[in-house]
Order: sequence, then C-alpha cells, then structure tokens
Amino acid sequence: MEILIAILVLGVLGLIFGVGLAIASKKLAVAANPKLDEVQHLLPGANCGACGNPGCFGFAESLVSGKSVVESCRVCNDESKEKIAKILGLTLEKQNKKIANLHCDGGLKVKDKYLYNGVSDCIAANLVLGGQKNCVFACLGFGTCVQACPFGAITMSAQELPVIDKNKCRSCNKCVLVCPKKLFSLISVNNIVSVACSSHDFGKDVKSVCSVGCIACKICERTCKFDAIHVINNLAVIDYHKCTSCKECVGVCPAKTIKVRG
Amino acid sequence: MNLQEFLTIFISAVFVYNVILSRFLGLCSFIAISKETKPALAMSSAVMFVIVSSSALTWFVYRFLLLPLNLSYLRTISFILVIATFVQLVEMIIKKVSPQLYRAFGIYLPLITVNCAVLGVAVLNADMFFINGKAVAGSFYYSVFQGVCVGLGYTLAMLLMSGIRERLELCNVPKPLKDFPLAFIIASVLSLSFMGFSGFKF
Repeated sequence: MEILIAILVLGVLGLIFGVGLAIASKKLAVAANPKLDEVQHLLPGANCGACGNPGCFGFAESLVSGKSVVESCRVCNDESKEKIAKILGLTLEKQNKKIANLHCDGGLKVKDKYLYNGVSDCIAANLVLGGQKNCVFACLGFGTCVQACPFGAITMSAQELPVIDKNKCRSCNKCVLVCPKKLFSLISVNNIVSVACSSHDFGKDVKSVCSVGCIACKICERTCKFDAIHVINNLAVIDYHKCTSCKECVGVCPAKTIKVRG
Repeated sequence: MNLQEFLTIFISAVFVYNVILSRFLGLCSFIAISKETKPALAMSSAVMFVIVSSSALTWFVYRFLLLPLNLSYLRTISFILVIATFVQLVEMIIKKVSPQLYRAFGIYLPLITVNCAVLGVAVLNADMFFINGKAVAGSFYYSVFQGVCVGLGYTLAMLLMSGIRERLELCNVPKPLKDFPLAFIIASVLSLSFMGFSGFKF
C-alpha cells in the first residue's frame, strides 16, 4: 500500500510539473530569428572552430547578425554556402578549395637514430632529441595528425607517412597546428605541384639521411620559366601566386623531391 | 526563533561549513566558471537566487507533502524534481521577460539545475530544521536564511577563486600546470585554509 502512495505522489508530482512546463514553454516561447535556425541546419555541425566562432551555432548567430561572412566556414560545401548566402541575401565569392599537404616524403626511407619506446605520439616523441628520425625535419610517423583530423581525412600509409584524402579534407587547419614538425600546409587544389621536404640542412647532410630530401641543387630554380620556385635557406619553396602547375620542375628534380600531389 | 540562531546559521554557512570549500558541494561550477570575476559573479548571483527560492519551495514540499504522507525517504528525488522544474521555469520566464538578464545569467541556469549545492541545501534544511518529523519553530525562516547564507558562501568562494585565477593568468606557470591543474591546487589550499575555521579533525 505504502509503495502505491509513493508511486502515486511522485507520479502526480512529475505529471503536474511536466504538463506545467509544457504549457509554460508554449506560452513563454520566444520567437527566434527563423533565419538562424535555417542557417544552422545548413552548417556542417562539426563545431571545429576554424571560423573563429564558438561552434556552428555561434557562427550561425554571427552570420545572421552580419558579423561574419559565409566564406569563413572552411568545412561547408559550396552548395550549402550558396543556400546560406541566399537566405541571408548575400552574394558568395567563389573560393578555391584548399587541401592540406604534407611537406615530407621520408617515412621509412629515413632511418631511426635511436629506438623510441615512449608514448606513441609525435608531440611526445619530438620532445626526445627532436624525435627518433635521423633527419630532424622528418615526419615522425606516429599519426598525431590522424587523431587530430576531425573529418577522418588523414590515414597512415605503409611507408608510415600520413596520406590526405582530398575528398574528405576540409582545410580546417587542425593538422597544420598539431604537427610538431610543422610539415603541413594548406594549398589550393589548383596547385598540383608541391615540395615534399622541409629540411633546411645542407644538401650533403640531407643526402646522408634521406634519399628523397631537397638537396638545394637549384635545378628547379633554373628550370622554372615563371620565377615561381626558389631555393630559400637550402629548401625549394614554390610561390603559388606565380606557379602555373606546368610540372617542369617535377621532371628535373634529381631527388624527386618536387611532386605532383596525389 | 531568535537572533542568535540566525547569527549561528550565518557564520556556519558562510565560513565554517562553506558549501564549496568545506562541504565540497557544487565543485563543477566552482572550477568551470571561476576563470574571470565577472562571469563568476553572475553565476554566483544565479546560484544565490536558485538556492534561496528552492529552499523555500522544498520546505513547502517537505512540510506539507512528504511528511504528512510519511514519505520523507523520497525527499532527494522529489527535491530534484522541484528544483529542476523551478529552474526550467525561471529560465523560460527570464528569456521572455528580459533578454539582457538572460544573456547575463540565463546561460548559467541550466548548469544549476542539477547543481549539488542547491540540492545539498534543501536536504540540509530538511535535516536541520525538522526534528522527529516535526518542523521546529520558525523553520521556514531558518531555511530561507540558510539559503541566503549558503549563497553568500558560494559567492565568497567564487570571488576568492576567480580573483586568484585572474592574477595567475598573468604569471608564467609551467605548461602542464596551466589552467585546471593549478585551479585544483589552489582549490585545495583554499579549502585547507577554510578548514581552519572548524579546526582539523583526523
């Protein structure tokens, strides 16, 4: 009997409160800007923060209030962006999609200088004499970038190098920030040539630890008809404002450091 | 009901049995929102408001519903029910009535819904001001006053913590200690010092 009373009291109490709250939420409903809801639905909902706002809802708020532009969202596809721009009555500026690019092709070709036995994480390994690789600029291959990627666009290859899936990459910049060797950069999809090395060592030193590193021979610099590639601080650097993706440099590079992106 | 009793409640709730630093209730909001003084103060005022009103509400529920039906063992769950409903309702009202106020402390209200400090005060009131299933004289006023004092104690702890953490932002601390680890250490030191009010018991 007693248990019935207990159940009844709690049940009735809960029912009263529930119904009361339901009525109150109807009566006290605040009409929010309908655009806000629509915009938020079109946003990816990844809450990556690449736009500089606290999550997608914050971005939707600042979009509706006119503080941000649709282009700041790196993740959204063009279709959704156009829809959002339509809702807000804005015109969308077409932007080239950027994709993360790894500036190292060492992997297993670069031998280890000691046996690293610690936490399987690039940042941790980097703390020990700059990592276990013979080349101090090389990718350590523990896949910290794989974990950092919110879109699952990075996987590790058999060569122990991260491979970027260009269809999944949304250029959120997370891998660029997390890599302790600063090996990533965001490059527009139209630029298909990139330098797969980050070593600032002299050519002889690079050669001794890595077969595919930039040896700063300057052949690419002489070959380029557009003055787009220069050896700066012992490393070939492409100026993507000038590069026309003619691929001349790819053919002449003796160490095959300059590559067509996959 | 006399002045002395009120004074005792005040001293014990604010200092000796400070809700955060001695009773260890409501720690999540204490750590999370004590980075700057302004939000800490907004949070404290929201907590104060909710604690005072819920002490009054739960007193009625306990006195007129649970005790007559001999259901005092259900107090925890029914208090949670009452507090959660009340907080939700208040949130809706504030959202409707004053958007400015909602921006200032409405965002903290959902956090308070399940804050153990609020429930703790309600349970404490039921323990302290009801003897053998009967309300002591003036227990309603004691309950509400205890709510106010616990709210003050919460505010005191929040202000102390946020003041310290604001200054620590400018200091050069080792990276692994930055933010939360250091906050935990500070909280423990603060707590130790507050235990000085009651004396150490081993």
